[in-house]
Amino acid sequence: MAEKVDFKSVFFNPFSKNNPVVVQVLGICSVLAVTAKLEPACVMGLSVIAVLAFANVIISLLRNTIPTNIRIIVQLVVVAGLVVIVNQLLKAYAYDVSVQLSVFIGLIITNCILMGRLEAFAMGNKPWPAFLDGVGNGIGYSIILIIVAFFRELLGSGTFFGVQVIPQWCYDAGYVNNGLMILPPMALIVVACIIWVQRIFNPDLQEKQ
Amino acid sequence: MKALRKYLDRVKPNFEPGGRLHALRSVYDGFEPFLFTPATTSSSGVHIHDRMDSKRTMTIVIVALLPCFLFGMYNTGYQHWLASSATSFPFWELLLYGFLAVLPRIIVSYVVGLGIEFIVAQWRNEEIQEGFLVTGILIPMICPIETPLWMIAVATAFSVIFVKEVFGGTGYNIFNVALVTRAFLFFAYPASMSGDKVFVATEPICGLGGTVADSFTGATPLGQVATGEPGAQLVDVVGRHLSDWHCFLGLIPGSFGETSTLCIFIGAAILMLAGIASWRIILSVFAGGAIMSLIAHACATPTYPASYLTIWQQFCLGGFAFAAVFMATDPVTACRTNVGKYIYGFLIGVIAILIRVYNNGYPEGAMLAVLLMNAFAPLIDWCVVQSNINRRAARLKATKQ
Repeated sequence: MAEKVDFKSVFFNPFSKNNPVVVQVLGICSVLAVTAKLEPACVMGLSVIAVLAFANVIISLLRNTIPTNIRIIVQLVVVAGLVVIVNQLLKAYAYDVSVQLSVFIGLIITNCILMGRLEAFAMGNKPWPAFLDGVGNGIGYSIILIIVAFFRELLGSGTFFGVQVIPQWCYDAGYVNNGLMILPPMALIVVACIIWVQRIFNPDLQEKQ
Repeated sequence: MKALRKYLDRVKPNFEPGGRLHALRSVYDGFEPFLFTPATTSSSGVHIHDRMDSKRTMTIVIVALLPCFLFGMYNTGYQHWLASSATSFPFWELLLYGFLAVLPRIIVSYVVGLGIEFIVAQWRNEEIQEGFLVTGILIPMICPIETPLWMIAVATAFSVIFVKEVFGGTGYNIFNVALVTRAFLFFAYPASMSGDKVFVATEPICGLGGTVADSFTGATPLGQVATGEPGAQLVDVVGRHLSDWHCFLGLIPGSFGETSTLCIFIGAAILMLAGIASWRIILSVFAGGAIMSLIAHACATPTYPASYLTIWQQFCLGGFAFAAVFMATDPVTACRTNVGKYIYGFLIGVIAILIRVYNNGYPEGAMLAVLLMNAFAPLIDWCVVQSNINRRAARLKATKQ
């Protein structure tokens, strides 16, 4: 408890070196589900950042009063409450996107990143580092989400935030959007490519042979 | 031949460490044994080496593919002549037209695939493997003749990188590379891989061929079955009735090399005589397909029009026979154990017909069946080996008591 926490590394590590998606391989199913277009991916990323940051702070505040036996239940209650709030906000102010995201906002509750950070970090750290950790991990998750969504939307629909970026003459010349990019398997392959590239730049993350 | 050998010897120093073209070493290493049997032998230890190396294996597969390939050339021309309502069918012109139609596709598939292989081999400091020799010719053979070249290039690059190279190159791939190429095309560009316009070449090439009438119906027999009335007659591109005999010979619209069941059987005979392909797999694929067709035929309903096809038609139409002979028998992705081969082949046959009959969205199931069983092949092998171990352990226990 008393060990010094380096705020900088708490915040920046999840961006790349300890990224929740490509290093810890958590939260993969939402990456597959919401990344066909950039817009839902961004909203999903923001929702996860918000939920994760506040859940981390709340759990960190409560950490000394939560009985160990029921800590998972308490964590779930906190996350569920936050997710409901986010869901209602989205329905009120961004209805179209919330329809696209459908069940996946609700499923933030079961996102492994949430439980992982609460268990591993918020239960043992003060609110401020816990907040930084939540935001950092949320951003780390969102980065991957947005990269994947960028490629899937560009190659699968030829658009960027719904605006057509591949010029019409390409289509006239015979270019066709790649329908496989819209299907979930391609998200896995794009994530695999990100992991590949990231490991090239971080040799210490490569598994020993 | 001598001049070629001399030339190779002369340029060799350039490719050795320190030479000018050292960066292209793997290219040289790939070409030299392709042209000549290597003269170098191992200097220590006892090495018993079969002459049946992978180069020879690949070459025999290519020879076995030749009948299908030649027939595909003829059929491409034939379908084009038919669609442009010609009355005479000059043999050599048809053949030449088909050759010219498929040539760019072969070149694209080889250039892209081998290019990636060469780059990766150079990068990893490895030798170039012969694996792409067969894959490169299979890719144009299992695609519709009208597939755009850039699509073939994209799909080939995708499958060579993600199916072969990331797993460690030739011999380490889990899935059949050529089939993944086709699956990629099928899911990514469905409009160019199915329907009734893509299976017949429509453009005249180098002055050969005529103008195609707008109204021709180039749907494959299986496509007609999937979308048509149950029990309706199969027709060719100008609406004439297609007999079972036509389907067996292969004078039907379809992917380039897979229409002729006769030529596929010739290829199968070559492969089995040479001992390359496992007769166990081929036999059990057909057995599985036959049993599933019988079941489907026995409980045929109008909801699934393909269930009215007889066993004979199931075998002759679509890529079933081609998949059984050339795809399922790929020694890298198939089962290794003999018992496993029976199970593997049988399930491919069953699943291929199952998808074909009960999923109207996929008129052809052979590709998906082989890919699915590729994924299960190691598991089947593991189970066979384990059961063998358990049986022998039990026997040992019994004799000890």
